[in-house]
Amino acid sequence: MYKLDNNFIKGHPRTESLRYKFGDALFDEILNQDNVVVIFADLSSAIGLNDIPGRLGHNDLGKSVRHTTREFNRFIEVGVAEQNLVGVASGLAHMGQIPFTVSYAAFSPGRNWEQIRTSICLNNQPVKIVGSHAGLNVGPDGASHQMLEDIALMQVLPNMVVLSPGDAIEAKKMVKLMINDPRPNYIRLPRASLPTFSTPNDPLEIGKAYLVRQDDNAMVTIISTGSMTGNALLVSGQLFKQGIACEVIHVPTIKPLDKETILSSCGRTKITITIEEHQVNGGLGSSIASLILSSDVRPTKFKMIGVNDQFGQSGTMDELWRHYGLDVDSITNSIRHLLTSN
Amino acid sequence: MSNRTPEQIKTIEQHALNIRRNVIKMIATAGSGHPAGSLSIVDALACLYFGVMRYDPHNPNDPNRDILVLSNGHVCPALYATMAEAGIIPESELMTLRRFGSRLQGHPERTKLPGLETTSGPLGEGLSQAAGMAYALKYLMPTNDRHVYCIISDGELNEGNIDEAAKFAGKYQLSNLTVLLDRNGIQLSGTTENILPNFGRCGIQFTAHNWDNFFAFSGNNVACILDAIDESKRRTPEQLKHGFSLDHPRLIQLHTTPGKGVDFMENDYNWHGKAPSLDDAKHILAKLGDKKHV
Repeated sequence: MYKLDNNFIKGHPRTESLRYKFGDALFDEILNQDNVVVIFADLSSAIGLNDIPGRLGHNDLGKSVRHTTREFNRFIEVGVAEQNLVGVASGLAHMGQIPFTVSYAAFSPGRNWEQIRTSICLNNQPVKIVGSHAGLNVGPDGASHQMLEDIALMQVLPNMVVLSPGDAIEAKKMVKLMINDPRPNYIRLPRASLPTFSTPNDPLEIGKAYLVRQDDNAMVTIISTGSMTGNALLVSGQLFKQGIACEVIHVPTIKPLDKETILSSCGRTKITITIEEHQVNGGLGSSIASLILSSDVRPTKFKMIGVNDQFGQSGTMDELWRHYGLDVDSITNSIRHLLTSN
Repeated sequence: MSNRTPEQIKTIEQHALNIRRNVIKMIATAGSGHPAGSLSIVDALACLYFGVMRYDPHNPNDPNRDILVLSNGHVCPALYATMAEAGIIPESELMTLRRFGSRLQGHPERTKLPGLETTSGPLGEGLSQAAGMAYALKYLMPTNDRHVYCIISDGELNEGNIDEAAKFAGKYQLSNLTVLLDRNGIQLSGTTENILPNFGRCGIQFTAHNWDNFFAFSGNNVACILDAIDESKRRTPEQLKHGFSLDHPRLIQLHTTPGKGVDFMENDYNWHGKAPSLDDAKHILAKLGDKKHV
């Protein structure tokens, strides 16, 4: 059970960048640990690490590609070459390093899926793949850059762990968790800054889902991940005002799923809703549907909210979330409609 | 010229012959596999394992070992047979190739067989991994003289992944990385020049990114291969004048014959991925002087 951030509860949440918080934490770990390295494919800016010389107090980037200091050597730039990105990472892992690869999710794992399958998953090397700019929240860059298929691509791979933090505090905590996890990991991060709902003291473990809103009278379980958990909490507040009590389960680890936490909530309530900023095909909703059908739990109604077999387009995050039915009002209406329909 | 003695060369040639015989037996017994490329790379593997690389056959994870990455994983029968010849795996295991439950998978899997440095098969990826390993050795680990060797094939040059890895190794001056390019001239469905021509500039993606380029004009001749590998470790004043440097990664192009040692397979791309029958294998082994199996 999360305590939830006070400002979030009061309706004035801090809005923070998950990817920059992740980058800051990763930078610190690289300096503090002996074997953590990061590899960029010309997108160090995705996690705010585009000025490594500045951060390290150097100013000699560009003069030479031969790095001489220990710290400098732990920041590797492969250029716009995502196949090589994950291959090099696999080789580094074989030599005892813990490599984080950084690119946009549309390119990694979008472009290099087979290299991830063979060189990392089948080869079982503990590479940490960071896919930034996941979801419609990418905004003006348009459909080619709005990755909506990465959960599907990654959760189907044996050995791969799939992570999807909901706010900046969780994104920061994930860095250490990933370093300590011996398996290949994929983490998806949104481009947009999002409301912070959790607190530094809330628990976070790989493989666990968390009840972030509890209600003994709940008839609806809302299960959400990543950028949609903030919305799910706001939706549950709106529905509560309309006399509909909900539980909200936040799923920061999409694979392996925390079956116990999810099924026990679905068993307590009558209706299960999943929400994700991803295609409904192959995403969190599909996995929850499989989980429920393989169990004894039988919700009377089940709905998956996400992107329905469509690509995104240019626009602001708010415009896109509204258009694709992922903003708070659309989700609230969608759930209310489900409750009143036969 | 290298300092290898005639006896040393003769010993390695005998190892290569033993490996070649086992490759034929293994692929014929399995009923499937890739004989042409396996036979073209045998002599280079024998040179690496019996004249070049540092390793402990009883401790495949020896922290001081040199590393071999087989990027074109489909020629793994040659690697398995070489590992058996070197005493890393038992020779008796070789005939389990491609069988259910075998450690000798149809394409090599690191997690199944100690002594393999990676999992390969889909082309182009081994070089990226070898480059990552060389980077770790050169920039992230305590000072060492370990070396990474990576075998790739000329058909594999079709893959864009090779170009990406070549650029990376050039940028970071991975002088502890040597690529052995099996220039056997064939790939699955034709000659390399027919499928995707190099226009006479094979390996240009390496030299364009500051690799130093060496040749073994017969990649099936042990003395010639050893000469090329030994030469690649030195730089003459003449070479330095022409831009070569001990800071560069090295490419050694091995001009080989696909199907080497089996007259009816040589230079025929149809033997890229087709096993000889058990009858064929008997005749081949007789020609290779294997009296046990005639």
